[in-house]
Amino acid sequence: MSRSPLPYSQKVIDLFRNPKNQGKIKNPTVTSVAGNPACGDMITFYLKINKKDVVEKISFESYGCAANIATASIVTELIKGMSLKETWNKLTWRKVVEEVGGLPNVKSHCGILAVGAVKRAIRKYYQQKGSFPSWLPNELASEEKQALEEEELAEKLSRK
Amino acid sequence: MVENVKELIKAHEGIKHEVYLDNENSTMVPNEIIEKMLPYYNKRSYGNPTLTHKPGWEAFETIMESAQKISEFIGAKILEEITFTPGATEANNLALLGSILSKKNSGKKIVISEIEPISIIRVTEMLEKFGFSIIKIHVDDKGFVNLEELQEQTDKDVVLVSLSAVNNEIGTIQPLKDAVRIAKEKNPNVIFHTDASDAYGRIGLNVRDLNVDMATINSYKILGPRGIGALYTKEGLEIDRILEGQIGTQRLWPGIENTPLIVGFTKASETVFQDFEKNINHVKVLRDKLMDGIFGNLSEVILNGPKNEKRAPDNLNISFLRCEGEALTIELSLRGVYVSSGSACSRRLLQPSHVLVAIGRKFSEAHGSILMKISRLHTKEDINYVLDELPKAVNRIRGIVGSTGID
Repeated sequence: MSRSPLPYSQKVIDLFRNPKNQGKIKNPTVTSVAGNPACGDMITFYLKINKKDVVEKISFESYGCAANIATASIVTELIKGMSLKETWNKLTWRKVVEEVGGLPNVKSHCGILAVGAVKRAIRKYYQQKGSFPSWLPNELASEEKQALEEEELAEKLSRK
Repeated sequence: MVENVKELIKAHEGIKHEVYLDNENSTMVPNEIIEKMLPYYNKRSYGNPTLTHKPGWEAFETIMESAQKISEFIGAKILEEITFTPGATEANNLALLGSILSKKNSGKKIVISEIEPISIIRVTEMLEKFGFSIIKIHVDDKGFVNLEELQEQTDKDVVLVSLSAVNNEIGTIQPLKDAVRIAKEKNPNVIFHTDASDAYGRIGLNVRDLNVDMATINSYKILGPRGIGALYTKEGLEIDRILEGQIGTQRLWPGIENTPLIVGFTKASETVFQDFEKNINHVKVLRDKLMDGIFGNLSEVILNGPKNEKRAPDNLNISFLRCEGEALTIELSLRGVYVSSGSACSRRLLQPSHVLVAIGRKFSEAHGSILMKISRLHTKEDINYVLDELPKAVNRIRGIVGSTGID
C-alpha cells in the first residue's frame, strides 16, 4: 500500500521500448519460467543450446513491468554465445542490474527473477540430458531461491 | 536518480497530444483558479486572521466567507462546522483520531469497510496498536458494502464508523444514507464519519440529509489546489485536536491558516457547483464514450466497479488482461496518455490494490488495472486520442507478454 518513485534509467526505457530477442523461437532446446501472474512479474526464456553446451539462441516473453522487460532483454544479450558453465558462474542479478544502468531498489527483484529463470533453464537442460556437470551445484543458486520465495509468497497472498 | 528522470522526461519529446487522466492522484489547476488565488499571496488577506490589523481582518473575512460557502455546498448548518486541513489525509486523521481521543472511555471497536482509502486504513492500523479492534465490513463484487453485516457489527462497543461515500478507485456510490441510519439505529452513540472526497462535486452530497457526524472533502479532486481539504464536524460533536500549536480561527487545526489555498479550494467548489448538472453530464458523456470505445476495440477487458448510475460519473477502472499495469502506464505515458495502475509493480509489496482484491479480482486481473478519471476540462478530442492510442499500447505490451502470464 505504499508507492515509491521509479526513476528508471535511459537504458531501461530504451529496452522497454525496443526489447531485444523478444518472442518465441522455434524448437527451443529448453524453456524456463520464473514468477507467476500473481506476482505481476513473469518471465519465460526460450533457449537453443548446441552440442557444446553453448547458448546459440535465446528469446524471452515477459509479463511484467518495464524493469522486468528490460532485465529479461539484457539477459538475452548477455548470455547469447556463452557456454552454460560460464553463464552459471558469471550471470548474477547484480551484473544484470548494472547492465541496465541501475534499478530502483524495489525493482531489484526483477533482475533476480530474470537470472533465476536462466539458472532454472540450465538445470532443466542437464536434467533433460540426464547428466549433470560437476560445476553445477545441487543447492539452488541465490536467484533461484529468491524467485521461488517470491512465487510462493505471491501464491499465498493471492489465495488469502 | 534525478538524472534518470531528466532522461525519462526527454523520452517524451515529440508527443502530438497529451491527455492527463490521473485525476485520482493529483490534478492540474485551471488558470481561473490560480488567478483567483494569486492576489491573496501579496495583495490582500495575507495577514494572520487572528491579528488586529487590516491584512489580518481581511484574512479573517476571506476565511469566514470561504468556510460559509463550503458549508453551504455540503449542506452544513453553520460555517463553524468546517475545519480546513492540509488535505484529505489530514482530515481523515483528525476525524478518526480526534473522535477517539475525545471518547476515551467509550467502546473499543471501530468499523470501516475493506475498501476504505489508505489514510483511513493506516489510521485504524495505528489505533489497533492502542487496543482498538478494527472491523472491516465486506463488499460485494461491485464494491457495495454489506449493510446486514454493518448492522450486525455496529454493537454497543463500536465508537466510530467510517465509510467513504464514493470509492476512490472503482467509483462505487455507497448507499450512505441507509448505512448511517442502520448504524445509528443499532447504536445511537456511534460517531459516523465519511470520506466524501470522491463524492464532493460529483454526486449530490448533503451532510444533514445523510445525518453523518463528520465528512472529509478535498480540494484537488475538484481541480482546486493541492494541500487543502476540509473536515465537516457536526455542531455539538466533541472531537479533540490531534496537533497542538497556536490556535487561530479553527479550533481543530492549529497553525496559520493558508488563505490563498482556502480561496483556491472555494473557487474550485464554486466552479463545479455553478453548473453542476452541466459539468457532471459533460464528464459522464466523455467517460461513457471512453468506456464504450475501450470495450468496443479491445478484447479481454473487465470493468471494475458498477456500470450503472451507482458509479461516480468521472470514474473508469478497467483491467486489461494479459497486460501488466505498470508497463502499460509507461507505454501510455510515452504516447502522451497519463494514467495510474493498481498493479503491485507500482507499489512496494507484491499485493495489488486492496480495493480490487476486495471485490474478488484475481491478482493477475488486478495487476492489469488502469484507473482513469475524467474532468470537466477534457474534450471529445482528448477521448478520441486516448481511444486511438490505448489499443496500440495494450497490443504492444500484450505482444511482449506473448503466451507468458496466461492464467
